Amino acid sequence: MTTAKPLDVRSVGTSPERLDGPVKVTGTAPYAWEHPLRAPVFVQPLQAAVVRGRVTAMDAREALALDGVLAVLTPFDAPRIVDTGDAEMAVLQSDEVAFRGQFVGAVVAQTPEVARQAADLVDVEYEVWPHDTEFSADRPDLYRPEAVNPTYDTDTDDGDVDAALAAAPFTVDATYSTPMEHNNPMEPHTCVALWEGPDDEPQLTLYDSTQGAHAVRTTLAGLFGLPGDRVRVISPHVGGGFGSKGMPHAHNVLAVLAARVCAGRPVKLALTRQQMFSLAGYRTPTVQRLRLGADTRGRLTAVCHDVVEQTSRIKEFAEQTAVATRMMYASDNRRTSHRLAALDVPVPSWMRAPGEAPGMYAGECAMDELAHACGIDPVELRAINDPESDPETGRPWSGRHLVRCLRAGAERFGWDRRPEPGTRREGHWLAGMGVASSTYPGYYFPGSVAEIERRADVGGRADGYAVRIGAADLGTGTWTALSQIAADALDCPFDEVHLEIGDTAFPSATVAGGSSGLNSWGSAVVSAARAFRDEHGWEPAPGARTRTGVESADGGPDYAVHSFGAQFAEVRVNTDTGEVRVPRMLGVFSAGRIVNPRTARSQFIGGMVMGLSMALFEESVFDNGTGHVVNHDFAQYHVPSCSDVLDIDATWLDEPDMQANPMGSKGIGEIGIVGSAAAVANAVFNATGIRVRDLPVTPDKLLRL
Amino acid sequence: MIPFDYAPASDTDSAVATVTARPGAAFLGGGTNLVDHMKLGIASPDLLVDVTRLPLDAVEELPDGGLRIGATVRNSDLAANPLLRSRYPLLSHALLAGASGQLRNAATTAGNLLQRTRCSYFQDVTTPCNKREPGSGCAAIGGWNRYHAVLGASEHCIAVHPSDMAVAMSAADAVVTVLGEEGERRVPLGEFYRLPGDTPQYDTNLAHGELITSVELPPLPAGARSGYRKVRDRASFAFALVSAAAVLVTDGGHVREARIAFGGLAHKPWRATHAEEALRGAVLGEEAFRLAADAELRYGQPLPGNAFKIPMARNALAALLRELAFVEERR
Repeated sequence: MTTAKPLDVRSVGTSPERLDGPVKVTGTAPYAWEHPLRAPVFVQPLQAAVVRGRVTAMDAREALALDGVLAVLTPFDAPRIVDTGDAEMAVLQSDEVAFRGQFVGAVVAQTPEVARQAADLVDVEYEVWPHDTEFSADRPDLYRPEAVNPTYDTDTDDGDVDAALAAAPFTVDATYSTPMEHNNPMEPHTCVALWEGPDDEPQLTLYDSTQGAHAVRTTLAGLFGLPGDRVRVISPHVGGGFGSKGMPHAHNVLAVLAARVCAGRPVKLALTRQQMFSLAGYRTPTVQRLRLGADTRGRLTAVCHDVVEQTSRIKEFAEQTAVATRMMYASDNRRTSHRLAALDVPVPSWMRAPGEAPGMYAGECAMDELAHACGIDPVELRAINDPESDPETGRPWSGRHLVRCLRAGAERFGWDRRPEPGTRREGHWLAGMGVASSTYPGYYFPGSVAEIERRADVGGRADGYAVRIGAADLGTGTWTALSQIAADALDCPFDEVHLEIGDTAFPSATVAGGSSGLNSWGSAVVSAARAFRDEHGWEPAPGARTRTGVESADGGPDYAVHSFGAQFAEVRVNTDTGEVRVPRMLGVFSAGRIVNPRTARSQFIGGMVMGLSMALFEESVFDNGTGHVVNHDFAQYHVPSCSDVLDIDATWLDEPDMQANPMGSKGIGEIGIVGSAAAVANAVFNATGIRVRDLPVTPDKLLRL
Repeated sequence: MIPFDYAPASDTDSAVATVTARPGAAFLGGGTNLVDHMKLGIASPDLLVDVTRLPLDAVEELPDGGLRIGATVRNSDLAANPLLRSRYPLLSHALLAGASGQLRNAATTAGNLLQRTRCSYFQDVTTPCNKREPGSGCAAIGGWNRYHAVLGASEHCIAVHPSDMAVAMSAADAVVTVLGEEGERRVPLGEFYRLPGDTPQYDTNLAHGELITSVELPPLPAGARSGYRKVRDRASFAFALVSAAAVLVTDGGHVREARIAFGGLAHKPWRATHAEEALRGAVLGEEAFRLAADAELRYGQPLPGNAFKIPMARNALAALLRELAFVEERR
């Protein structure tokens, strides 16, 4: 692999304020629903009221008679799409119902209110078939997927785990479970679609809330048989996604179907919070058995991680829950496996750190159990088992600074004041501390392209540089951080960069997923800027333009590129009621060069809060009788309130990883959530002596105090 | 959304007459629950009579030292009222433990009393619910019932009343003043709510068209200490798993009088008369507090999904009584 010349940094590493801050705090940033469009119409979806079966009849006469109703779409008369191979996306292409809440129709009307009223008037008749939604690790029909997300081996088996476990003086054999969880970004999934032009040359424009405008274009163009250049996707601001907007979902298809029926008028569709629990992806529930063996000095001799999770019967998503276990610690004997239950449930998908978030919860709790069993400090146990090179591939690390993160965090957190389990009583509270490691792969997706153009002001004089790429800002800071990279790549002041993102009119960009966004887009911007200087020099004429990208990753197979971190939590547990409070959390991360400390800190802390939420609150309660998530709103699906998030801080080692890319960055969108739930759960054990292995750790599970 | 008429009320008598005459009419207070219900399809009134501009927004001192709270006093204003805070700490605590700041700014006293259960199935028109649609069945009994009743439930309904304020009012012996076409009547809080039985569609004993005009609080006994303890799944903005309100009068290491109500356990605020009886004359201490709680909770009939509520309610009450009984442990 060639390693591109490192970027000389001046703006990168500083903290300019968010460029998108003013429009957001003044409420003028156009999110998908808010682009000013002439004469829009509104879609109200109809959802299946049965779990499995067939729509036998739909009577829309009453709805159509309502003033303001323009159309009712049904499986019997909706426009056909070209490719129905993806059952999630083959919306209204068949009368079959595969899960409760699936789209079975839609009303289009002049106002959202009329659309909603009309939707209630559509009479849907079903043939009801038996359904099976019950997730369990004991099901006889569990199967082995061919690969786990995205293309990892399903199972691995190195050395002789069984013999090592049998011989180990210290072992842990524990089963953990995590519940179904939903992404729940603040901005609901929204798609505004405009279908216009002649039948033989239609033009489709989508205002979408997405983590990847080009990915939406590619998918929708394929489904509707359109050339890519006839589909434009616009998405300058996104109100969070956490993976659920990483790929288009069924609502995008429904919006386009409605737009075809109402050609010439913008068609607006925003899912309600309740609808998001059926239609926008979720994290699978998991049952994870962890077996660890260690010698008398705490060195791991066996690591075994067996995972059971679910997928939808109509579309497979196999979360890579045990993958991080393959590289995390040194042990000659390692085995991992993933098995799936295919059920009549909505389609699971990416949720922040798919794989690592649930897998490192279980793995890092098991390490805590092993530390307790061996009588070794949990920080030391991790240091003892820190591998010299990647145990899975044998490659050298591009930079593994886990132990430094742990030691720096322990020092700063006051880890030496950690009590013996269940011994620190403060009034009617028990206090304790927990630690967990964190890791995330340094993903880089090839294929992004950027364009640089010397701008001119109205008088024709040179005026900064336009930097164009179809990248996304999910509230993460892309507008600002990518501008910083461009400024350094062009060797110009930060305020001479005029970034243009969130539109397929700009060069193609890969998805904001796998914490890869800034690495992938930044590499393309650096490449384009260097090519621009090569082509146009240091005093380019207005209008001078260069467009280029990078095809392959730096780093690559010569190195194992991962981020690491150490998560610390202090908890208090009420001895009367089992209520848990988290007065302090600290994360110390090693994620390469941090491009913008201001936005990075916010992203780290956001991830840690989401891990706290995973530890204590989040659970999508699936009712196997009704076949749907019953706590499908924010009153019942709990995320932390402000009162739950107290003193929380994140810091980092800030060491450029020059094997990763020219910026030396490794991506920070996901690592904050990884390990934080385990740190909280481990702190609960330290406070109480009670090991809760089934998330979330709710007060009822700690009542025996 | 189904179209409806809207009319601001000009005076209480005409508001009552208007709603009484129209079966589909409803009073509108802060709207924090009713408007949600209209969006969700749970309620579809054809007329909303807005009572928030009626002159019912005062907190008045009564000659006996009690308070009269107007029906439209907002929860935030009531919680911050100096007379309420000094004389009825349990009620101020309960109000502040409810909902969020934004909701408390909108919600009214009467609306808080009349809010309906947050049972997931009641709030989802695609599932069976005897409270929403009598005779359709109860999905909660065999479904998700973590938040549901362990006392006074029926085979038709296991919903709980969600209010914190009403639990404190129950322990404070509040009396609700109600205006109907026949005139005014005074309903003790203990008779205001009802158990579900085989008609869970009715939460209260109010007739259609009756308007709450005020809530009266008699003075607490001399020397009483009072408080509210709520246990929930997160630190703020969550309904109670269990809660307890108590008024405690002590006398030289003994309980002279106790008034206790539980929240989160039943279809109504649960006045714990067995616990009160058990405490009378008891020596202050953990044992008496737990025995008192058990005297009430032994009537509990929990489901597998909410059996934890029994020990949790016992501990919550014991914690509250401890706090009230032993000054050095008070917050």
